[in-house]
Amino acid sequence: MTVHNLYLFDRNGVCLHYSEWHRKKQAGIPKEEEFKLMYGMLFSIRSFVSKMSPLDMKDGFLAFQTSRYKLHYYETPTGIKVVMNTDLGVGPIRDVLHHIYSALYVELVVKNPLCPLGQTVQSELFRSRLDSYVRSLSFFSARAG
Amino acid sequence: MAIFSVYVVNKAGGLIYQHDSYAPRAEAEKTFSYPLDLLLKLHDERVLVAFGQRDGIRVGHAVLAINGTDVNGKYTADGKEVLEYLGNPANYPVSIRFGRPRLTSNEKLMLASMFHSLFAIGSQLSPEQGSSGIEMLETDTFKLHCFQTLTGIKFVVLADPRQAGIDSLLRKIYEIYSDFALKNPFYSLEMPIRCELFDQNLKLALEVAEKAGTFGPGS
Repeated sequence: MTVHNLYLFDRNGVCLHYSEWHRKKQAGIPKEEEFKLMYGMLFSIRSFVSKMSPLDMKDGFLAFQTSRYKLHYYETPTGIKVVMNTDLGVGPIRDVLHHIYSALYVELVVKNPLCPLGQTVQSELFRSRLDSYVRSLSFFSARAG
Repeated sequence: MAIFSVYVVNKAGGLIYQHDSYAPRAEAEKTFSYPLDLLLKLHDERVLVAFGQRDGIRVGHAVLAINGTDVNGKYTADGKEVLEYLGNPANYPVSIRFGRPRLTSNEKLMLASMFHSLFAIGSQLSPEQGSSGIEMLETDTFKLHCFQTLTGIKFVVLADPRQAGIDSLLRKIYEIYSDFALKNPFYSLEMPIRCELFDQNLKLALEVAEKAGTFGPGS
């Protein structure tokens, strides 16, 4: 089991943070373009899912998987989106994504007066805490990335 | 019953077959007196609730029927505009049924081609080499399973999250497609499937699959 990468978007589609661990293939386009493509895909999936759903939804879109990876999605009521790509063996990780939002993003970025909201997070503390939290996860593989 | 619907999408992203096997009822009927304490608005040729969620009537629900007769989009059965009809105090008290708007065939076509592109983007953004597109998409109310054949046809099944055995159902649908659509001399490739035998066998396969994976809400 392994974690490939993590995206953090705000409600306007700005990529607040990106980090990767075991990523074997790049998308082949500049990072900025990749963020836009990822946000656009999630935006469309959200609207697709809300139209397709036979019942009224509460949490909405949770995850999708292909033959090689699984994308986990968590959205807060304020529109912050946490996206984590892992391999297929990982089950539901809503609590992990919620922890990244509530214990890391809110505590270290929102409550930090030196971090302007709505642009890429520059805080070194946030980066290192996030990195060590993800590395401590039970499904993070021990292999060196 | 826990398989909601089946879509078949051709390699260009066009919807060539669609079947709704089970649509759960999420409707609420209520009698109102004038003035109406809900805010309604017109959206996509439908009258939707914009504000005033209560008693099972949710924001985004559409007006489905007035006094027991189904409405036709934004018009009542006798051709008057719904909003105008509900704005007239003489028509009250009135009983209105609200529910999730049902998909029109146009919307189904649009959603099918939308999924076609999401499928492609899903494989482009893969962090691993050689990934397929979206095979399973999970939400809290349903799971979407997709199987793409080597020739590019996509079979999409929407089912309850607890329904098991969808993978074998998708293979079975592919088999039915090969047997009853492709082998039908009157069927032309990539075109909408209108074959009676295909219909019959698909329905049969859905019934069998529902019984085999028995975790549905109805069982």
